[in-house]
Amino acid sequence: MKNSIVRSVVGVLVVLALAMVPGGAPIEAQGKGTVKIATQSPLSGGQAALGEGIKLGAQLAVEKFKGPLEKMGFKVEFVPYDDQAKPDVGVSNSKNIIADKDILAIIGHLNSGVAIPSSEVYKEVSLAMISPANTNPTVTDRKYTNVNRVCGRDDVQGVVGSEFAKSLTVKSVYVIHDKTPYGQGVAEFFRDDAKKKGLNVLGFEGTEEKSNFDPIVTPIRARNPDLIYFGGIYDQGAPFFKQAREKGVKSKFMGPDGMDSSDLAKIAGKNVVGMYYTSAAGPASALPKAKQFVEDFKKKFGKNPEPYAAEAYDAATVALKAIEAAAKGGKAPAREDVSVAVRKVKLAGITGDIEFDGKGDRKKALYFVLQVASDDPQKWGDNKIVKQLAIAPPSATAQK
Amino acid sequence: MDLPLLLGILPQVLLDGLILGFMYALIALGYTMVYGVLEFINFAHSEIFIVGAFVGVELLLGLKSAGLLDALPWPLVLVLVLVAGMAASGVLAVTVERVAYRPLRHAPRLIPLISAIGISFFLQDAIRLFESLWRNAFNLVYPTMDVLNVRFELTQTVDVSVKSLVVIVAALAMLGVLHLLVNRTKVGTAIRAVAEDQAAASLMGINVNRIISLTFLIGGAMGGAAGVLFGVQYGLINPYTGFIPGLKAFTAAVLGGIGNIPGAMLGGLVLGLLEALAASYLSLLTGGAFGAEYKDIFAFSVLIVILIFRPKGLLGEVIRGRA
Repeated sequence: MKNSIVRSVVGVLVVLALAMVPGGAPIEAQGKGTVKIATQSPLSGGQAALGEGIKLGAQLAVEKFKGPLEKMGFKVEFVPYDDQAKPDVGVSNSKNIIADKDILAIIGHLNSGVAIPSSEVYKEVSLAMISPANTNPTVTDRKYTNVNRVCGRDDVQGVVGSEFAKSLTVKSVYVIHDKTPYGQGVAEFFRDDAKKKGLNVLGFEGTEEKSNFDPIVTPIRARNPDLIYFGGIYDQGAPFFKQAREKGVKSKFMGPDGMDSSDLAKIAGKNVVGMYYTSAAGPASALPKAKQFVEDFKKKFGKNPEPYAAEAYDAATVALKAIEAAAKGGKAPAREDVSVAVRKVKLAGITGDIEFDGKGDRKKALYFVLQVASDDPQKWGDNKIVKQLAIAPPSATAQK
Repeated sequence: MDLPLLLGILPQVLLDGLILGFMYALIALGYTMVYGVLEFINFAHSEIFIVGAFVGVELLLGLKSAGLLDALPWPLVLVLVLVAGMAASGVLAVTVERVAYRPLRHAPRLIPLISAIGISFFLQDAIRLFESLWRNAFNLVYPTMDVLNVRFELTQTVDVSVKSLVVIVAALAMLGVLHLLVNRTKVGTAIRAVAEDQAAASLMGINVNRIISLTFLIGGAMGGAAGVLFGVQYGLINPYTGFIPGLKAFTAAVLGGIGNIPGAMLGGLVLGLLEALAASYLSLLTGGAFGAEYKDIFAFSVLIVILIFRPKGLLGEVIRGRA
């Protein structure tokens, strides 16, 4: 009796272990092998709402456009990885990713601070990375041939923000950031341009605090800036703005695209209604070609696409097109060929026409200024676009 | 430098620091009581603290979806939530002691420490798993009760919100009750006897195991209360939120003199005030060269200096005499 229990427990464990071996010994397809597209984004933790959107957007594109590759005899697989928004996790995942020879393209990440070190790993094997969301200039300024992005850049986004602030007849600003490459980067671009435009920058401060913002809010309240800019992500920005408003701060609020998540409204509620944020990824509802995408997404996953889901969808579409082009010869393409092919793709995507320049930036990226319309997270998609621009990346000579 | 500005915000900064300090003090009691009795640092206490916050938010969200949040008088709601958080954290602390510490009580001192660190990780991820299955959420938001956000202006630059008053009053009340319990009751005498000499205490007819459980219950309940107050005051919690306040509270306990109950309260207040002062003033005083992000470096530098001159903490360490 006891023996049989032990045996069945062992049996179950063996089955579980086999089931957990990632992609272990796939049943060989009747053809030329397997092509895998991977994503890396935070699927757990405080930024999972956005990370999950990236995964699902890419998944939708792979399912929709894998037909041509399957016709050529390839088995197409989609493999999501969870980088937990942590650089160390992203890098160790990257090592697993480059070890799996079937992975020909990676869609990711959400955080520039994770994308930059992870892409150093992809570069070793020239694995094509197409980022839906990483706006830090460094991502493409390293001029790696395998690194691309379909979103805009923070050196433009920060300026879009300060320009808009100026147009609101704001005279003084206070800038806070989260000390990450992304948050501090965009905050610095905002600050520098604000100074150039003659706005009075009352303070510039970094913090890793996530819950108690009292000691930061108190000096801000005393100095009463017209506008507070938070360079960072909603899981930190939302409690900051909430506590500031509750403490009686009357300034206007503004932030970069890291604030663009329904969780901002969920956490901060009515305190952020009327807040402005810039974005290098417009709401899917604002993109005329994305209607079908939004419907498909809702139908399949039962929720609205978060920001960057549409960008991830386009990024995955670019990846598939590049793999197709590189596989023209008939056999499974090399990673280098895919990276080269990505730069040649011309796609009429749902976020507009996509074409990369020599650095991997989009030739014309879209930038938006939006305003939070409601404290109901379900209505995040209704946020008003108050300004929309298509801007080319700054030329190399114009940079410091 | 803008002197009127610097002085103008001082009362508000001190008030902010006091509120933070009371929270640290409540958490620090859990460390210090256990250390006083067992000479052992319960590193899982930061998670016991945050479990209180989670039980509090679950109860509030439950009341809200039942439509009772606005129907019941708000002081009653707060008392309910506080009691629930205290009960849950207290029971959890007792369970952790029974399961993970008692079997190791006579092992070398580092062994239960490792067990405590393990429990800490276990609880963090257990909360994360539970909340992701139950609400599919990582960050949980305390439902706002508008009455708690009402602010009283004391002067033009200083005001205090109802919830800050709640934190101060609740913390003072609990610290007072604890003080009376330990110093004026029979049970308190028993706790002090066990802290002084377990063997002798048991010869005098004191059930040592029960007193140790009681110590964990009280320390856990104080931590749970702090968790609820933390949630009410700052509004947002996640399964890992407990770690940093726990570490700070442990520091506060050492600062005050570990094992010393009034010391934990004093240490908490000093640390809270230092932190608030540093975060608010560093960037103003250095012209932006050092910002709020250096608050911990500043606060801990001061702590090191204090501990160099008073190595046993502000009020002195309480180590039980060895048999």
